[in-house]
Amino acid sequence: MQPFAFQTARDERDALAAGAAGGRYIAGGTTLIDLMREEVERPEWLVDINGLPMRDIRATADHLIIGALARMAEVAADPATAQLQPMLAEALNEGASPQLRNMASIGGNLMQRVRCPYFRMLDAPCNKRAPGSGCAAIDGINAGHAILGTSAHCVATHPSDLAVALVALDATLMVRGAAGERTFPVEELYRLPGDTPHLEHSLQPGELIVEVRVPRGAFAEHARYLKVRDRSSYEFAVVSVAAALDIRDRTIWEARLAAGGVGTVPWRLRASEAALAGQPLGVEAFRAAGQAAVQGGRPLSGNGFKVEMLRRTTIRALEMAGKTG
Amino acid sequence: MKETGVLAGEQLPAGTRSQSVAVALTVNGELRRLEIDPRLSILDLLRERLGLTGTKKGCNQGACGACTVLLNGKRINACLTLAVMHQGAEITTIERLADGETLHPLQAAFIEHEGFQCGYCTPGQILSGIGCIAEGHATSPDEIRFWMSGNICRCGAYPGIVAAVGQVAQEG
Repeated sequence: MQPFAFQTARDERDALAAGAAGGRYIAGGTTLIDLMREEVERPEWLVDINGLPMRDIRATADHLIIGALARMAEVAADPATAQLQPMLAEALNEGASPQLRNMASIGGNLMQRVRCPYFRMLDAPCNKRAPGSGCAAIDGINAGHAILGTSAHCVATHPSDLAVALVALDATLMVRGAAGERTFPVEELYRLPGDTPHLEHSLQPGELIVEVRVPRGAFAEHARYLKVRDRSSYEFAVVSVAAALDIRDRTIWEARLAAGGVGTVPWRLRASEAALAGQPLGVEAFRAAGQAAVQGGRPLSGNGFKVEMLRRTTIRALEMAGKTG
Repeated sequence: MKETGVLAGEQLPAGTRSQSVAVALTVNGELRRLEIDPRLSILDLLRERLGLTGTKKGCNQGACGACTVLLNGKRINACLTLAVMHQGAEITTIERLADGETLHPLQAAFIEHEGFQCGYCTPGQILSGIGCIAEGHATSPDEIRFWMSGNICRCGAYPGIVAAVGQVAQEG
């Protein structure tokens, strides 16, 4: 691990000043410390933000509001989550291990780096780690990689389960920085790799995620997160689908869907949502949504199975969501 | 690990350029004050600085669970967090559990159910099991398997581990 300066932020102003001057925020540290040890990450200045008052989980009339420093386990176990948005608890508990969920913050979960093995191999080309060096995954071992949103420069999937659920639910982020406060959809946090895969998110330098706002209402009751993986727990998704339905009189009024494990960013399935809107609740509509989910999928040499797996996972997640509530 | 030290760039805030940082933590009920390199993990602090080698280093990347300890009562991977981030925290390791010759109930249950062969993962399994029971996630074998999945046992002693955790959870 490379040496670094360490600073404990006393308050938000202190943190933002350090962030604006080039300090790197650390919360749970479960991704960052691991990558620092591998020397994939080499921050010169760490700013510990764990003392900031951003850990509350609370309900307002319109939103479930989650402080960015709340731990995954705290959010999953909070009665407000269970009552207002149980799919979030499901997505959180399907991720990582109990120990990691006690450590990892919500903001950090959204900012975690990719799990592509070549990203971690300092002697392999990787455009994310070393821009312009190439992508070892495109012609390498790529069974775990993306089929949607890929480019000739990067095919790594985004690893967060939580982000998939939040994107499906139209959650927003409130961030603060030197230029003040702004709010935007979680979906807009993530950048497609294009020809700049080293630029992963839309935060300005020094901006701090303060809280996540999840809309309450019609999509909470019939919502499930289904994660398919190589073992039954403690593993990243091969394919996952967050499915939320607004059902009225056995009709799907509207649907919200997003997929993980298949996209270079958490992947909203808008064509599937359109296929479901206004349809009678049932397997026919679910099948149409599954078919729509895989439109535009471009498999690599090793991950062709993900196309069919995404179609089936979409159908199964919708069946589960249709039965809840 | 490379030479101890922190960067001394012009932009760095005052007070961060020293080669070491003072930390104070309570480990197994005892207040410990140390001067440490900010890169030191809690795991390395326990093993290398305090001589508490009961906590094991397996993967050193948060995948195996051998380094599980309780931090302020909650189970965590000691390899993936810096000691300097935990001023004033309370850490509990395997060395704290037995009372003299009397084993902690979960230690005794691991022996009774043969919850190990080589024993390397065992301190982490036991600390994780204590966390699992305290969280209320040990009410059935399936639930125990899911909530203990952050601890890998390469000897495959899982049936004994699940039985031991389940028994202690039932005994309350």
